[in-house]
Amino acid sequence: MTEVLRRYGPVLTGVILLAVALWLALLVVLPQVMMVDFSFRPSLPPSRLGGPEDVYTVRNYATLWTNQIHLAIFLKTIWASALVTATTLAVCYPVAFYLAQVASKRRLPLLILMLVVPFWINELLRTFAWYIILAFNGPLNVLLVALGIFDEPQRLLGGDAGVIVGMVYVYILFMVFPLYNAIESLDRNQIEAARDLGAGWIRIHWRVVLPHAKPGIAVGCIMTFMLAAGSYAVPALLGGPQSRWFTEVIYNWFFEGGNWNQGAAYAFILLVLCIGFILAALRLFRVGLADIAK
Amino acid sequence: MTADRLRRLLTGFYLAVFFGYLFLPLIVMGAATFNSSRFPTVTPWMGFTLSWFSALWADQRMWAALGTSLIVGAGVIALAVPLGLAAALLLDRLHSRARTVLYALMVSPLLTPGVIVGISTLVFWREWFGVTGGVFLTVVAQSSYIAAYAMLLFSARLQRFDPALEEAALDLGATHGQVFRRITLPYLTPAILSAALLAFLQSFENYNTTLFVRGLDTTLTVYIASKVRTGLTPAVNALSLVLIALTVLGAVAYEILRRREARRTAGSEA
Repeated sequence: MTEVLRRYGPVLTGVILLAVALWLALLVVLPQVMMVDFSFRPSLPPSRLGGPEDVYTVRNYATLWTNQIHLAIFLKTIWASALVTATTLAVCYPVAFYLAQVASKRRLPLLILMLVVPFWINELLRTFAWYIILAFNGPLNVLLVALGIFDEPQRLLGGDAGVIVGMVYVYILFMVFPLYNAIESLDRNQIEAARDLGAGWIRIHWRVVLPHAKPGIAVGCIMTFMLAAGSYAVPALLGGPQSRWFTEVIYNWFFEGGNWNQGAAYAFILLVLCIGFILAALRLFRVGLADIAK
Repeated sequence: MTADRLRRLLTGFYLAVFFGYLFLPLIVMGAATFNSSRFPTVTPWMGFTLSWFSALWADQRMWAALGTSLIVGAGVIALAVPLGLAAALLLDRLHSRARTVLYALMVSPLLTPGVIVGISTLVFWREWFGVTGGVFLTVVAQSSYIAAYAMLLFSARLQRFDPALEEAALDLGATHGQVFRRITLPYLTPAILSAALLAFLQSFENYNTTLFVRGLDTTLTVYIASKVRTGLTPAVNALSLVLIALTVLGAVAYEILRRREARRTAGSEA
């Protein structure tokens, strides 16, 4: 702290501290605390706030257990997000490995640019692109019928499958960059050495590349899972009433059910799920938070 | 040798499929703009038209939503960039446990689902200040995590900063204000520009957070989503195509600038 003061002087230090305090207090910490506090209170009309009924309760959390539909949607959100995460990891690993270790120096900038550009494009527009593809009279149905896989066009929108396919597409770039960064720092000689010592390709990946890429895998999985579980745009566009996502249930509590306390409880459950996934991923890949911060 | 060739062939095939997968959906969506079908599709092809661009041009609500998005974007730049800058300046001079804690707090909004950022902002501002959803709350909610992106950008640039420059100026009698204005700020100017650009793009495309805090105001991204669900015509494709073209131009320009800058730094250090 003394070094801050010495470097920036009293006035500037004051401004810096004030700005950081405002950001962290008003924009980050207090809203979260307030949301949690709110979730443990009953939903009451203004006249009865502060009255005898205004006490802390876990009723809003019990709702998730008693409402079978919401519980099913919650569990579906978990496994579908895990599936999205696993699929993106499987699809991205070969690409990331190729870019980081195999691609020639001349070709690499263009390939990276081809990854960066879609990454900048609005998530909603990338989702919308799949709306066009999956439409009943869309190109995918035409293709599948032409290939003889379907006898007639199928409904591809409005189900869980369409939502999952769309999510893999929309969030894939959040997996490929952390993987690429992690594999890129692996010394090519280590792979050469393993090969000279007689290791096959599978063994090289399993024993050399994958262990080195663990922090990248952890970051990619954490980002993808968080984005998938917290996605509203993709299920809203590609899903339907039969394939509701947990975020849509939360939205309905706020803007259709008019029960903010209940919505806050569901939102906190979603947050706990994401934090739980982060901790599990760190444990599974045996990396610390500090490795991720890099 | 043949096994090697086979592997190279398979790798090439896989890459082609992967990049095809990345770009083909966007190309199909763009192509549907020029099909004179009432529903945006490329199958069947009903003939080439440009009429959906004029339909888009005449859409008053689209222009209003664009206006809202620009106002929100400007607000986010004005709020998130200074916050991120202050945070990076502070972190740069801390080395203790406090730094780790602060850093974790600062990046935590990036690991929080966007809907939760929106919900917590909405609840907090209504309960404490009686402020309901609208442009103001949208700026506040978006800034809470976009400031973290700005902080990361500034921190990366500050890591390559030589503190001896500031030391020397202070030793020569410059005031703290002068050092900041004449040395630190000019050094950070490229980062300020990239942070502003990033903040604007993040704000412009945000959907999940905005949805909860927008009140009755509609940003362009929210407008597109509502059009897809009710009243979809290829005019939405025309809008998407325009936005994607602008984004691609911006991204390519940004990358080229970034690489030139990186080469220049590498050159001056060598």
